Amino acid sequence: MSILIDKKSRLVVQGITGRDGGFHASKMKAYGTNIVGGTSPGKAGELVDNIPVFNTVRDAVKETEADTSVIFVPAPFAKDAMMEAADAGIKLIVCITEGVPTLDVVEAYSYITRKGARLIGPNCPGLISPGRSMVGIMPTMIFREGSTGVISRSGTLTYEVVYNLTEKGMGQSTAVGVGGDPVVGLYYKELLEMFENDPETDSIALIGEIGGDAEERAAEYIRDHVTKPVAVFIAGQQAPPGKQMGHAGAIISSGSGTAAEKIAAFEAVGVPVAKEPSQIPGLLKSRR
Amino acid sequence: MKIHEYQAKEMFANYGLPVDRSSVCRTVDDAVKAYNQLDSQKVIVKAQVHTGGRGKAGGVKLASDEIELRRHAAAILGMDIKGFTVDRILIGEAVNIEKEYYVSYVIDRSTKSTILMLSKEGGMDIEEVARTTPEKIHKFVIDPSIGVPDYLAREAAFKLFDDIGLVRQAAVIFRKLYKLFVESDASLAEINPLVLTKEGEIMAIDAKMTFDDNAVYRHPKIAALNEPTEEEKKEQSAKSKGFSYVNLGGEIGCMVNGAGLAMATMDMIKLYGGNPANFLDIGGSSNPTKVIEAMKLLLSDKNVKVVLINIFGGITRCDDVASGLLEAFRQINTEVPIVIRLTGTNEKEGRALLQGTNFHVAETMGEATEKAVSLTR
Repeated sequence: MSILIDKKSRLVVQGITGRDGGFHASKMKAYGTNIVGGTSPGKAGELVDNIPVFNTVRDAVKETEADTSVIFVPAPFAKDAMMEAADAGIKLIVCITEGVPTLDVVEAYSYITRKGARLIGPNCPGLISPGRSMVGIMPTMIFREGSTGVISRSGTLTYEVVYNLTEKGMGQSTAVGVGGDPVVGLYYKELLEMFENDPETDSIALIGEIGGDAEERAAEYIRDHVTKPVAVFIAGQQAPPGKQMGHAGAIISSGSGTAAEKIAAFEAVGVPVAKEPSQIPGLLKSRR
Repeated sequence: MKIHEYQAKEMFANYGLPVDRSSVCRTVDDAVKAYNQLDSQKVIVKAQVHTGGRGKAGGVKLASDEIELRRHAAAILGMDIKGFTVDRILIGEAVNIEKEYYVSYVIDRSTKSTILMLSKEGGMDIEEVARTTPEKIHKFVIDPSIGVPDYLAREAAFKLFDDIGLVRQAAVIFRKLYKLFVESDASLAEINPLVLTKEGEIMAIDAKMTFDDNAVYRHPKIAALNEPTEEEKKEQSAKSKGFSYVNLGGEIGCMVNGAGLAMATMDMIKLYGGNPANFLDIGGSSNPTKVIEAMKLLLSDKNVKVVLINIFGGITRCDDVASGLLEAFRQINTEVPIVIRLTGTNEKEGRALLQGTNFHVAETMGEATEKAVSLTR
């Protein structure tokens, strides 16, 4: 089953004629993702890697019944793109863009939710259900079909953990990059619930980092609602307070959001925390 | 991005928010001029620096006449407060405070929205209040599509005041503050304390605003107020060149592609017994120019004894990265040993390109970190 995306997902690539949009559209298509169209205002009728381009998301949805979109649009225009997708009836909107103003995300998220759609990101690598579909910029060759769900705020750190899982024969059901911004769409709680309810997932790897309290809330949620084994890695134990560490959301503010607190929260509910990424497979195997 | 109290008060005034009358000064003489112009017997002299705890550090003083004013101004100008040197002071009329309140708008990550926070515990450390008496803080989640209508502003004001006249005064302030918050892309707009004067007026006698770095591009007037520290200048310069850098003080420099992986790398260095010199995320490209710029920055830190380069090649190919590194190090001459870990797309080709060079090549993060730490001994 996997979660959120599979072979049936019908994807439209917003910003497909841009450099990143076109490059990643081809990669997704080569992987087998069902890309039904792309958008770029003024370029309707063009083809990108044989994918039809439309002027608007509404046109794309009308012609192709697209239900998923991925956004490769510069930060100043990302809110507009997210809202356009929601208004056109897209149900899962994946925003890759980094640098989107936070109040733009607040507004877009509110609208998307009102429209009954879901957002992943922004500032994320997307998601993948190995063997079925990849939406975003994930390096598909390191993933394998399997039964471990992966949830992460990171990009390459996610790949590092997945690489280790694959090496140890633990394939992935779905891996979701929720993004590195302070305000993002689907986050730990929703994804943990989905994985808990997914018959194909038997274990979950959760990768967190400094900033905010989403990990602490996730720990509570796991304690109360998750029966499948979970293993965690938290990045940023060496981060100094008050400094943004690359990701807009990776910042210890007024003393809270530290890695130590997050690690303690998970350990307090019996979720093992890896000391380094390569320990994750072992921690999960022993409890499956 | 941070700004000073006096700059925040200017923004408040532009939005019709009541603030105490004040004047920013850089010299004692200017302070005296301001005192005379303010025509208030008592004034507050406040250090203008980008940090809290000014009062505790002796940077906020009441002056009742010109002699005291001169004394305080002279003492505070040039003072060091938590590493910041005071070069500006704000001379403001001392108001007759009846009561102090707290109000702020801030982005709340868990509700994914702006929230309005209020408390009757004004003039105190709000984090302390949140820790010890959280029930004294009221929070309202703001729906971005309707903002702060009259009724919501009133409801919030009733948390602080019973008198309808004061409620209406406060409601106007809450609505204007929200407008400022949204229109300036702030991440925090805080008034602590918001005071009720003995004369029955509600006004802000302190003002704090911080802005979303992701949005500053669309606020050039706010961007112009940026006063980075030496460290922040380095960090901002790195950002403008396409990578993120934070100095940490240790002796093992690291360069990584990806913020999460970069944090994990510096954590691992510590775990294996070393000390990371920095956090550096070069993002997703194998471009030699970026690598050169990043390495120059890394190596300009005299504490660096070893460099650890940790690359996970996803879309970025390992052989491209290796070529970029070889090109970069043709241009940079350094005695500092370099450990390179390359994994991911085309990892075999990438590692092969690095054979026969002075680089110490590792396959796993553990191997690379161990090697780097051993090279410092």
